[in-house]
Amino acid sequence: MSAHNEHKTMTLTLIVWRQKNANDQGKFDTYVAKGITEHHSFLEMLDVVNEDLIKGGKEPIMFDHDCREGICGMCSQVVNGVPHGGQERTTVCQLHMRKFKDGDTIYIEPWRAKAFPIIRDLVTDRSALDTIIQAGGYSSCHTGGVPDGNAILVSKPDADYAMDAAECIGCGACAAACPNSAAMLFTSAKVAQLAVLPQGKPEASERVKNMLDAHKECGFGNCSNHYECQAACPKGINVKFIAKLNREYLKAQFT
Amino acid sequence: MNFLKSSVGRKVLMAITGQLMVLFVVVHLLGNSTIFIGLINSYAEHLHSLGPFVWLFRLVLLAMVLIHAFFGIQVTLENRAATPQKYAVNRTLKVSLASSSMIWTGLTLVLFIVYHLCHFTARLTSDVASYAGQVPGDVYKMVLGSFQHGLISFVYVAAMCALCLHLYHGIQSFFQTMGWNNDTSLPLISCIGRALAVIFLLGYSSIPVFILTGILS
Amino acid sequence: MILDGKCPTGPIEKTWDKHRFDLKLVNPANKRKYNIIVVGTGLAGGAAAASLGELGYNVQAFCYQDSPRRAHSIAAQGGINAAKAYPNDGDSIYRLFYDTIKGGDFRAREADVWRLAQVSNNIIDQCVAQGVPFARDYAGYLDNRSFGGAQVSRTFFARGQTGQQLLLGAYSALSRQIKAGTVKMFSRREMLDLVVVDGVAKGITCRNLITGELESYAADAVCLCTGGYVNVFYLSTNAMGCSVTANWKAYKKGAYFANPCYTQIHPTCIPQAGDYQSKLTLMSESLRNDGRCWVPKNKADLAKHPDEIPEEARDYYLERKYPSFGNLAPRDIASRAAKEQCDDGRGVGPGGRGVYLDFSTAIKRVGADTIKERYGNLFEMYEKITDENGYKRPMRMYPAPHYSMGGLWVDYNLMSNIPGLFVLGEANFSVHGANRLGASALMQGLADGYFVIPYTIGGYLAGIKPGVVTTANPEFKSSVDDVKGYSKKLLSINGKKTVSEFMRELGGLMWENCGMARTEKSLKANLKKIPALREEFWKNVKVSGANGEFNQDLENAGRTADFLEFGELMCRDALHRNESCGGHFREEYQDQGEAQRDDANFCYVGAWEFKGENKEPELFKEPLKFDNVHLAVRSYK
Repeated sequence: MSAHNEHKTMTLTLIVWRQKNANDQGKFDTYVAKGITEHHSFLEMLDVVNEDLIKGGKEPIMFDHDCREGICGMCSQVVNGVPHGGQERTTVCQLHMRKFKDGDTIYIEPWRAKAFPIIRDLVTDRSALDTIIQAGGYSSCHTGGVPDGNAILVSKPDADYAMDAAECIGCGACAAACPNSAAMLFTSAKVAQLAVLPQGKPEASERVKNMLDAHKECGFGNCSNHYECQAACPKGINVKFIAKLNREYLKAQFT
Repeated sequence: MNFLKSSVGRKVLMAITGQLMVLFVVVHLLGNSTIFIGLINSYAEHLHSLGPFVWLFRLVLLAMVLIHAFFGIQVTLENRAATPQKYAVNRTLKVSLASSSMIWTGLTLVLFIVYHLCHFTARLTSDVASYAGQVPGDVYKMVLGSFQHGLISFVYVAAMCALCLHLYHGIQSFFQTMGWNNDTSLPLISCIGRALAVIFLLGYSSIPVFILTGILS
Repeated sequence: MILDGKCPTGPIEKTWDKHRFDLKLVNPANKRKYNIIVVGTGLAGGAAAASLGELGYNVQAFCYQDSPRRAHSIAAQGGINAAKAYPNDGDSIYRLFYDTIKGGDFRAREADVWRLAQVSNNIIDQCVAQGVPFARDYAGYLDNRSFGGAQVSRTFFARGQTGQQLLLGAYSALSRQIKAGTVKMFSRREMLDLVVVDGVAKGITCRNLITGELESYAADAVCLCTGGYVNVFYLSTNAMGCSVTANWKAYKKGAYFANPCYTQIHPTCIPQAGDYQSKLTLMSESLRNDGRCWVPKNKADLAKHPDEIPEEARDYYLERKYPSFGNLAPRDIASRAAKEQCDDGRGVGPGGRGVYLDFSTAIKRVGADTIKERYGNLFEMYEKITDENGYKRPMRMYPAPHYSMGGLWVDYNLMSNIPGLFVLGEANFSVHGANRLGASALMQGLADGYFVIPYTIGGYLAGIKPGVVTTANPEFKSSVDDVKGYSKKLLSINGKKTVSEFMRELGGLMWENCGMARTEKSLKANLKKIPALREEFWKNVKVSGANGEFNQDLENAGRTADFLEFGELMCRDALHRNESCGGHFREEYQDQGEAQRDDANFCYVGAWEFKGENKEPELFKEPLKFDNVHLAVRSYK
């Protein structure tokens, strides 16, 4: 355990986007984070900064966070230009400070996209993602009155494929990372999950059309196959699901 | 929503038109390559002997270019509108020069096509004005004469660089857009697409370069 | 006063069916005239809002997160139980019922638990129909794994993200109803008061977390699905926003708080690394299917790398103490066993608070690839947090607060003692007794939401006239004024200590004195220290910002203020319960380290009534009768 008991501390310079509310212009402010150890998570590092700010009579940096274990999808910060900070398959709440060096300067910005208006500081409104799901991201079964679970057989490869897609946590990093602000990876993950399962097939064509319409109406851009989304996705959702969505959309034109 | 208004519908149209143009790029390269075995004049005569099909073919190609360019510009404008504010730190993990410059390489190619048509097809520029009106005339001599001008050769090679960049992203993009892709095929298709793009660059550029350097005379 | 849970009588197998038939119905054409408020959109709330909306009621759903998909149910990893008996291993509804009663250390109602076991099968069918990608075998059938406290394989799972997948299933059903217009969703709203008109729950007061404005919502019934309260320990596996606030506000409006001392400490969490830490991370109980818990036998070996400690110098304490359940002993027992080893000075890692969870035997048996397929995401998570590779060296684990079995008191219909106030999921006290078995929380949340409340709420609504009370009622205005005054007071103190400093201090007191082991002395100490801390809070807290804006510091201050009151009630309940049972372990009441129940004196649900600020609450008892299982010493040996 020797390496873990040493708590060498770091000092970091943070350049953080501050914006009072949706109508405010917003600007970058600079803060110093002191006494940070390699075991601090990125958000715990911000907690430390915020404690100092509050004590100093200043307003803390507001940021969305909740589970802090990488599953709820609430945390949403662009660290040094990359959503969630660029560690593979890691949300910013699971990003640890051991990935940084003493003396580093870190830029922290909110998700930026027309479809994600800023509420305050690093907090954005991501209800557009809910709107896309509401457009068709479900199987319209009723509560009760469904067959036995084993009456619907799903091959293991299909179940695995659906699960790979269903791992999406809906954080919106795909749209934040996309040079076109397209949330196509998000949309495709749900389309693909339900399209491959027998339960989702009856509504597959309506679903893909409606969800794509909602995607557009929410103000997201168009996918142009940069694949930046997959690289930024904290769950590593694969762009093959976008291919699947495209395929489903084409199929839907003939059904 | 209408197919032509939807995000994926337009993407599919662009993919199909783009890919058909890639086929043209292949055929055109093979045709051009006849210059190395001294057969370009007979190739040109053969083409012109097709009569009305030439015009039909030209019209189809023109339609491809227009559809591809129209949606390309429209989609790009929408994408710009969707990203009103850029990040202060511009760092990307996967975006390439090729993928992010599609609109610029595309527009460059449109300009180039106009120039190329004025040049070797309509023969409006001064270097080839003497061949105007001949159908098809001595193509070999005309090309040889033109590419001995450094500037003209440079323009052609530069345009082929744009073509290469455009297709570096574009060819694999076609398969992704059509949905003929999964996580194992994507890297392979990307590789093939990039290799093709480079082959086009080398193949097309070899003509002006060989002429300019005197290898072909 | 003796509380009556209004459980149906007669043969237990028939109770739910008979009760369902006896419940009054609301005519389909009349359903849309009734408004129902659902607070919280986790498994219980999301499922309830979706099902009630589908039935035709007008539903208004609320959550404090930015989307209903983020409730902390999402973090449940291991699985969900059901008595499907697909593996042909002797499972049945009766066995699930029995295991749950026994697992809860005989402190839950028989009828409620029976109903839970009975509807468990419907839940699996429902989720499959929604497209939840449960694990399948190669023939395409649903796969099962085993979980703590059971000797059958009845746990359904979706990799290590079962809670996420079930929640997304409920969220998709909810989204469908939002689209259909039967549910109106209000996210980024925190419920800050329950509005009671003439003794009946008729609405809520919420803070719009974006604008800071206070909003009133009226309804014919209010469902609280607001989760548990173990964030009272400050460090827990709950999400940062989880709080007792909604329940506490209802308690202060007259709802009884039942069994607050029953808290579950989960045995396998990543040990704390430092004081700055904001939360603890759980590693699924399913890891204990293949991982073996051990500590060195000799203190001299503590400094060694685990690989250097030979097999014979390792103490596989769970296998030693509980040979028939081994590493799959229930949570309370496994947690206490881990604490015992650490208290004995044989804990590993920083501060000596940790035990090894070792996969080397399993890797040898089935190969690293299989282990990776089973638990890959958990190993990944462990490495991100600790920077250690769980495949190569044993993981370090320590128990952490995880779940609250206690909650608002409800009757068989899930209605609290306030008419019109229903409480679902972790927020109520009903089925887990003094200890919850693994993979049962998801089962309860969805059972309450999909298959219980749609029936029982109808029975209540059929007896009242819809829409009698609107937000024009003066109670709404006075509630808003109260909440406004409360926030203003918090903002005006402008003291020296931050909200988190108070919360950390309270958490420390709770963990030390009312955590995994409690004594009369420690609890009495807390009953002095907590009021003092609370007093200091109201004199010396510093809350930044203003009322009418997005203000996370103010949100946290309100939640902390409620925990400072609730912590005292929890200690009071723990002090009065002079026995050890399930998650409530009083050191005075033990038999060689095993919990010693006192069925003669404490076989009841203890429900507390608020009597006014700084006044002692009053205890009511609901006796527990066991007609179908025999009260027995709970043994896993």
